[in-house]
Amino acid sequence: MSNVTFKFDGVDYVGQAGDSLATALLKNGVLHFTDSTYRDRPRGIMGLWIDEPNALVNIDSGAGEPMVQATTVEITDGLVARSLSGIGDLPDTRDLSRYDRAYRYADVLVVGAGLAGLAEAKKYADQGKIVIIMDDKPEVGGHAQQCGETIPAELLAVLTRENVTHLQRTTVIGTYDQGYAVAVERRTDHINNKVSTDVARIRTWHVRAEHTVLATGAFQRPLVFANNDRPGIMLSHAAATYVERGVTKFKTAVVVTVDNQGYIDAIRLHKSGIRVLAIVDVRKKLSKASNKSARKPAEKLGIRIIKGATALDTNGTLDGILSSVVISDPKSGLKETIATDLLAISGGWTPTVHLATYIGIKPTWSKKRAAFIVRSKVKSISTVGMLAGDFEEYEPAVFFGPELDDTQALVAYVDHQRDATLRDLRRAVGAGMISIEHVKRYTAIGTAHDQGKTSGTLTMGLIGNLVGLAPDEIGSLTFRPPYIAVPFAALAGRERGLHTEPIRTTSIHSWHVAAGAPMEDVGQWKRPWFFPKPGEDLHAAVLRECRAARNGLAVMDASTLGKIDIQGKDAGAFLDQVYTNMFSTLKVGMSRYGLMCGVDGMVFDDGVTTRLGENHWLMTTTTGGAAKVMDWLEEWLQTEWPHLEVFCTSVTEQIATVAIVGPKSRALLALLSPGLDVSKEGFAFMENKYADVAGIPARIARISFSGELAYEINVPAWYGLELWLKVMELGAPLDVTPYGTESLHVLRAEKGFVIVGQETDGTQTPDDLGMDWIVSKKKDFIGKRSFSRADTSRPDRHQLVGLLPETSEFVIPEGSYFAEVQHKGATPPIPHIGYVTSSYFSGELNRSFAMALVHNGRARIGERVAIGNETAVITEPIFVDKENVRRDG
Amino acid sequence: MLHIPCPYCGPRDETEFHYGAGANIFYPEPTTATDEEWSKFVFIRENPKGWHAERWVHSAGCRRWFNVWRNTITHEFGPTYKPFTEQPKRPV
Repeated sequence: MSNVTFKFDGVDYVGQAGDSLATALLKNGVLHFTDSTYRDRPRGIMGLWIDEPNALVNIDSGAGEPMVQATTVEITDGLVARSLSGIGDLPDTRDLSRYDRAYRYADVLVVGAGLAGLAEAKKYADQGKIVIIMDDKPEVGGHAQQCGETIPAELLAVLTRENVTHLQRTTVIGTYDQGYAVAVERRTDHINNKVSTDVARIRTWHVRAEHTVLATGAFQRPLVFANNDRPGIMLSHAAATYVERGVTKFKTAVVVTVDNQGYIDAIRLHKSGIRVLAIVDVRKKLSKASNKSARKPAEKLGIRIIKGATALDTNGTLDGILSSVVISDPKSGLKETIATDLLAISGGWTPTVHLATYIGIKPTWSKKRAAFIVRSKVKSISTVGMLAGDFEEYEPAVFFGPELDDTQALVAYVDHQRDATLRDLRRAVGAGMISIEHVKRYTAIGTAHDQGKTSGTLTMGLIGNLVGLAPDEIGSLTFRPPYIAVPFAALAGRERGLHTEPIRTTSIHSWHVAAGAPMEDVGQWKRPWFFPKPGEDLHAAVLRECRAARNGLAVMDASTLGKIDIQGKDAGAFLDQVYTNMFSTLKVGMSRYGLMCGVDGMVFDDGVTTRLGENHWLMTTTTGGAAKVMDWLEEWLQTEWPHLEVFCTSVTEQIATVAIVGPKSRALLALLSPGLDVSKEGFAFMENKYADVAGIPARIARISFSGELAYEINVPAWYGLELWLKVMELGAPLDVTPYGTESLHVLRAEKGFVIVGQETDGTQTPDDLGMDWIVSKKKDFIGKRSFSRADTSRPDRHQLVGLLPETSEFVIPEGSYFAEVQHKGATPPIPHIGYVTSSYFSGELNRSFAMALVHNGRARIGERVAIGNETAVITEPIFVDKENVRRDG
Repeated sequence: MLHIPCPYCGPRDETEFHYGAGANIFYPEPTTATDEEWSKFVFIRENPKGWHAERWVHSAGCRRWFNVWRNTITHEFGPTYKPFTEQPKRPV
């Protein structure tokens, strides 16, 4: 093995490549690793893998990692780590590593490449199945590998079979319905200590498997006694493994055990040159089999065996490191202090049930094994190995620690990361808590980085002892994915920064960006918010843009509106059902504004729909509602009215729309399309004409969303920018002014036009919005029946009104609730009567104004209301051009 | 993530679909329905523990609406069926 140098807490060390940071530090004699979070207790390494509760580190080198267990970090040259005492800190630099995602289907997914997992993989591979086997450790072989056993060659051979994909260092972090699993594969951290930009540092696997085999193994359980948290106290199989791997710090060991694993590890320690002073077995009598397989081999090596006793307490050096253990058997009166530098404890096994419980399989309590095990009855999931209880049965069964008085219990740690003790559990039970879910929240046990991997079952056993119930009567811990802490970057993969969400832009977008317009997000669309001139803020720009629209010439990119092409002989009849107003009578070439309701009679979407031909229509929807409307139309066509011959196609992205707005828009249109009759009589409101506009084939619609004379020029999307440039060029002498969404909102609000989703939240009828005029009395349509329901037809619903603040510069914040005027300046709670949906400053009115939904609002017109210390007067919700004369220019 | 059996495309990931509430809910004749019948249609839905017949639309696929039995406890899918076809028996 080659040497590598690494730094830990500012000190340089040399270690062997392939060692974990925990192994390397132990080899270097580091016992006192960190201090505990709340009580500053000296702590050392206790476990071997992700069950480790003490040894948390921050990795400062390479990609960095804010909180990982030293037992899971493989050292590489130049690694820089520092210990954490339970609390990490996030780096303030960006992680430049590459992360990736992969998707796979498989016949069988095997989780865990221990003996049981490998055997299952072989079984399915032999049947010709496509198998994926994932294992989270650096090496294959699971528990057997760690205990130094040889893995049979025929099992290892399965990993290289053509129909088997073998992924090591790959942790399944979640299991979901129908064989779905998510796993993270660590690909570079063990190779070097650099930011990996060409190879993904972590690959997140999304696997769908017909069959899942869970062979997740088990963690060894600690024991609870006084001062059980000193450096030098380890889980027995971790202790034996570290010593076998070359840790020479320890000279003597005492093993305290409840099962035969303690004997196995004592023998491993002995064979590695440690003087094992005693095996302390809680059992008074061993079975024949245990005597033969465990006790006799240990005795043969000359190891002293103390039966019927356990560890009661420990003593430490001045630094708090283990120096001796107090052994006690209250029945025989034995009490003996044995000086030792290693105390190896074996408290039984806790199977790793997490992945099984994620998909709703309940573990069952096995009294003989003192453990929650899982034996799946679900067809598509099998559980094998230690998870399914394939390990030694005990005699006697449950054991969690000796009787301790309250002073001892105060330093008897159950959850090391949370510094939670047996005393805390007694207090929880004393306060009346029995359910594990309550105890967990009261003591915080199981809520730290290790998520209770060593403390979970221990807690349930201890509570059970305190209240006289079996652990399964206390409940079972609820586990949730992810199984280990996972960097967000790994889950995001390449979908970071600009790629976080799809961005939709119009064909004219590049011009808006070059013009310096800040963008507003409307769903996934980027829309220009306003077009500031040098030195202008939002307010100044909007005043100028609105002035141009009302008095001169303004232009906006309206391409983002949802557009659905509707064809078929029954399209007109269909639209009559979908919209509240009549469409089938519309003449070819004309447009009409329409409102849609849900079956509950509440406004759902709106837009202008144009009859392009006898059986051909073009519907526009709100920018954000297009997909929802499309699903809605298809739902009615497919599930209620299949006899209607109608076909819907989304064409939102196929058409670019440029709106030219203002009294001078007619003059501009004449310049753009010289042959076209643009006169008031020759081109009526809501009429459509086909013509070449600046040489581009276009459909021009005389539609207005500002109240001014306006035209929407529609061209194939790839002509959008060219059309825009022509409009800017020919419009220049008319001082054409581009405007964005903010001015769009002000202009439409001045005119009293609602925006679905701003004035509405799914609880407004057309009548609530003062739009009864658009509701047909002659025909049926979706939602009509609901209008005669008692609640929808009552006269005092929240109704749309206008608000004019009495301080004319005061723009009421949108969303503000307000009260009757006598509550001005009052301290809440006060009864409110409504809330503001839209609120702006209007250059046209030279004052602020707002739209609001007010209880019984129409009857209150003329009344004053109080918004905090300000007041406003309720008006009709239309502020400019009530007579509709401006739309003709 | 559910694996939903689209009767037109075969099993696909849940992200391709939108849920459309319960299936086989009778749309009453609006002109003759009583307030009670109508409000039952608009607002009242079953929320069974176990098998539930429901509607899904394969929005990011074939765009077809279809019905399927799903177990709300185990999330298993039972038989799928197209609109206006006979509803298969509730699975056991």
